[in-house]
Amino acid sequence: MIELQHVNKSFEGIKVLNDINIEFNAGELNYVIGSSGGGKSVMMKCMVGLVKPDSGSILYDGRDFLAKNEDEVRQVRQEIGMLFQGTALFDSLTVEENVGFPLKMLSNMNKTDILDRVNFCLKRVNLDNINKKFPAEISGGMKKRVGIARAIALNIKYLYCDEPNSGLDPLTSRVIDELLKDITEEFKITTVINSHDMKSVFDTADKVAFIYKGTVKWQGSRHNIKDALVEVPELDVFAKASFLS
Amino acid sequence: MMKYNYIYHLGRYVLFLRSMFSKPEKTRIFLSRVFEEMNNIGIGSLPIVAIISVFIGAVTTVQTAYQLVSPFVPASIIGQIVSDSSILELSPTIMSLVLAGKVGSHIASEIGTMRVTEQIDALEVMGINASGYLVMPKIIAALLMFPMLNIISITLSIWGGITAGELTGALSSEEFLYGARETFKGFVVFFSILKAISFSFIITSISAYQGFYTQGGALEVGTSSTRAVVFSCVMVLFADYILAQLLLK
Repeated sequence: MIELQHVNKSFEGIKVLNDINIEFNAGELNYVIGSSGGGKSVMMKCMVGLVKPDSGSILYDGRDFLAKNEDEVRQVRQEIGMLFQGTALFDSLTVEENVGFPLKMLSNMNKTDILDRVNFCLKRVNLDNINKKFPAEISGGMKKRVGIARAIALNIKYLYCDEPNSGLDPLTSRVIDELLKDITEEFKITTVINSHDMKSVFDTADKVAFIYKGTVKWQGSRHNIKDALVEVPELDVFAKASFLS
Repeated sequence: MMKYNYIYHLGRYVLFLRSMFSKPEKTRIFLSRVFEEMNNIGIGSLPIVAIISVFIGAVTTVQTAYQLVSPFVPASIIGQIVSDSSILELSPTIMSLVLAGKVGSHIASEIGTMRVTEQIDALEVMGINASGYLVMPKIIAALLMFPMLNIISITLSIWGGITAGELTGALSSEEFLYGARETFKGFVVFFSILKAISFSFIITSISAYQGFYTQGGALEVGTSSTRAVVFSCVMVLFADYILAQLLLK
């Protein structure tokens, strides 16, 4: 479980996150939705340690991520996987080397075990015969899947995905959504997804948090979203705009 | 406003250097990265260093011969001037200025591209010290390879001088070598190597710093790369003067 308690963040006097309080449960697909500039990405960056909040706590299964020293933070980070919006695959490494990179750097596995694990992860995301290809040689959808394979290579507990469907066609988007849902349930990980895609939210989300201008305007189950659209006008506007786009 | 605050950049540069000094995640991988960078920086720069050095020696010989027209000045003095200039100034400094362009821009654009495509963020999310993993091997490789390139540069520069002296008939190789040996002091070689080591640190660390804090896209990567070359060159010349002032007394 990941908990954010009273998290605040400002940049040059402008409040980007304002008293954020959210819980994300293990084994669930948690969506954070909201329009661009609303604070979703900053919140995710705070949660993975790329940006330091001004105040508040971020707890990973009760462990305070912000109170620890650098080495301890690094330990927690090794339980975190992240799929970046642009995939962030290492250009100079092959697909196999990309997926094996965290294992090579952070585990004590030998070469054979690493290769086995890489092949397992690639198979899990339905990729075959691309081990020796470079990121520039594969499609956008494949890159996203390689990104997911790299993120789960280390038996992570927490998975973050920043706009996993951006730049993908609707069909590939659904494939990625299903994959993330299956992986979350199979490995019992806490998955947090930043998204604009309301179709993904309606189809697969277990929990949804709507962030508007740095504050959590609404959070709940996807089954209650229709009621929320009436209660929260900003969410209604966002949802309609999302379907129009 | 912060962008042009030099005190801010100096402080962040020092913190950046400090962040590199942590135990590598895997020593074997770290060493293989150092060897890879030694190949990129050292072997990769050899052709340009060789060409520049030969011509520096040749041109200095021809120009010195042109200026020393008095029959009272022995021709061997040309060898002395060319070899001392090559060892003390031309090889370490000119070579470093050229390498600031070649190596510095490469480092800044490589790291800058990794920053804007979130590859550095990916390393940090994994719990890997990105500056230690990406930058430290480059600095160590440069500290080891620049002095070697400097020695090669000195050798080729003197060879270029001897060849030009023979070809133009300004002086024979025996006269050149006699002049070079006549007032030779071992200290100048030590001083030259010290300069190469200092310049290598300046070039790699400044370029890595510029790349590491790139924000934006392709345009900003280009700007970082240009800035890396300009700041490296200026700081190399500044350090050149400081070292000369401190050690040549």
